[in-house]
Amino acid sequence: MDNTLAPPQTRRVVLGIQEPTDFDAPELPTEPLPLNMGPSHPAMHGTVRMVLEVEGEKISSADVQIGYLHRCFEKESEFATWSQVFPYTDRLNYVSPMLNNVGYAMAVEKLMGITSLIPERAQFIRVIVGEISRITDHMTCLGASAMELGAFTPFLYMLKAREWLFELLEEVCGARLTVSYMRIGGCAWDLPAGFADKLRDILARTNDVLVDVAKLLDRNRIFRDRLDGIGVITQADCMQYGITGPVARSTGLAYDVRKDAPYLVYDRFDFDVPVGSVGDNFDRYAVRVEEIKQSMRILEQALEQLPAGSHLLNDPRISLPPKSETYNSIEAMIAHFKLIMDGIHVPPGEVYSYTEAGNGELGFYLVSDGTGRPWKCRVRPPCFAATSILPTLLKGLFIADIVPTFGLMNMIGGECDR
Amino acid sequence: MSQNVIDRLKAQFTGGELLETGAQHGDEWARVRRDAWIAVATFLRDDPATKMEMFIDLTVVDRFSTEPRFDVVLHVYSVSLKHRVRLYAGVTEEEPTVESLCSVWAGANWFEREAYDLYGVRFKGHPDLRRILMYPEFVGHPLRKDYPKEKRQPLVRRQPNSVD
Repeated sequence: MDNTLAPPQTRRVVLGIQEPTDFDAPELPTEPLPLNMGPSHPAMHGTVRMVLEVEGEKISSADVQIGYLHRCFEKESEFATWSQVFPYTDRLNYVSPMLNNVGYAMAVEKLMGITSLIPERAQFIRVIVGEISRITDHMTCLGASAMELGAFTPFLYMLKAREWLFELLEEVCGARLTVSYMRIGGCAWDLPAGFADKLRDILARTNDVLVDVAKLLDRNRIFRDRLDGIGVITQADCMQYGITGPVARSTGLAYDVRKDAPYLVYDRFDFDVPVGSVGDNFDRYAVRVEEIKQSMRILEQALEQLPAGSHLLNDPRISLPPKSETYNSIEAMIAHFKLIMDGIHVPPGEVYSYTEAGNGELGFYLVSDGTGRPWKCRVRPPCFAATSILPTLLKGLFIADIVPTFGLMNMIGGECDR
Repeated sequence: MSQNVIDRLKAQFTGGELLETGAQHGDEWARVRRDAWIAVATFLRDDPATKMEMFIDLTVVDRFSTEPRFDVVLHVYSVSLKHRVRLYAGVTEEEPTVESLCSVWAGANWFEREAYDLYGVRFKGHPDLRRILMYPEFVGHPLRKDYPKEKRQPLVRRQPNSVD
């Protein structure tokens, strides 16, 4: 008998991914095992339950169950005046509340036919706070995903930078998350003094943070092994499932509402739409990093071009009178009372308005019956569509792959479950 | 902007499948007879002049006290031609069913589950029509206009003499 040892089996390693056949042990009998993950699981951000069926470590079927954060957004909105819906929209995607605010305000304005009347300064302010929110959204997603893969430092760095931006937003509107800053016809207040300098300073520091995080993650073998080639989706999948935003762009589908149907003043800025080529988890990570940089470009241009003027449409049927008038003249007081109690009167009609939120196309489908309250206020949440592909996508992956795949889909419970 | 989509539909469906078309605030829409729902959707997806490859949204409007009571509302978008359109299919309260679009756009799956959950519209041919946002024991469909907002259906019953 030949006693020489067999040469060590050569493993084909493509950027660290070992061929699945290396793990397969066909002679061992396996049987399907039901496994419950969530709804509160430490390795997943967002409250979601997955009922898996696994064979060994391999997932043979996954039932993704959402709804644990359902807060009756639509039902509550039908009983609120058009302006009272703003606080509810804050709580949809709670890491980028400004973008929800902007999306809803623009939908109501489209329904009222006053989109072209919004003061230019208000539109710039919307772009600025919206892009700040996009940065915080992506930073939360990337930081949390890295943390779930064991990289705690990038998470802390990212949240440190996010906190600078949240503090700046707090100066603007008085709240970090529950902003309610937009109004129908503009914004609640003007930007505070010294805003531009502070934002420029924060962007410079945030850029340093991004450099640090890139050094920690981009060529990190452990991180790359968990992302490269895992959870691949195609452009056809994205279109079939209605997936938009960074997840769709990671497949190379260059659909960005800011470019394809420019709203506000986005057509005046020079920015690129980053796309990936593979559609795997690493592309979703890389696209988000690049989008943060593009948002910074937009912010710098917007600060330069920011015009003077009013931050709110001056129309007594839409905007509240200034407080000094409300308390000193009977006309303004009555107007204030009517706007608060009856709400803004929106003509009957139906409208679908869409903007680019952190996770993709955030749509509002509004139905008005001509009273001060919405007949229907439907949100088309971008991450609902992205989450709906997970049962198909997870099939055939390993349990450990759920964590990065789910994390970089960026399901936000508040937005997905409403 | 997408008026040519409506024109294309009008040219293709002349047998009364299109009940009404219109445009408001730049959104073109078409009301489709319920039994032509799948045919119109498939045509929109496959026709080279419409090419609605991307599923966007599906929901229901409860037009309480009008007939038919519910409208199933579909939004689709063409990534290559950059236009979108909205389709309605009216369904009655007595028989709130419509064909499922899961075979046309796979993404309709969860959206139809949500529409079923919240409005009680049933989708024929749906592979897995379960509640999605509410829990399975929930009775009724909460977004119907005749479902009282204050109605509570707690999963865990409170004890009669509990502190809270």
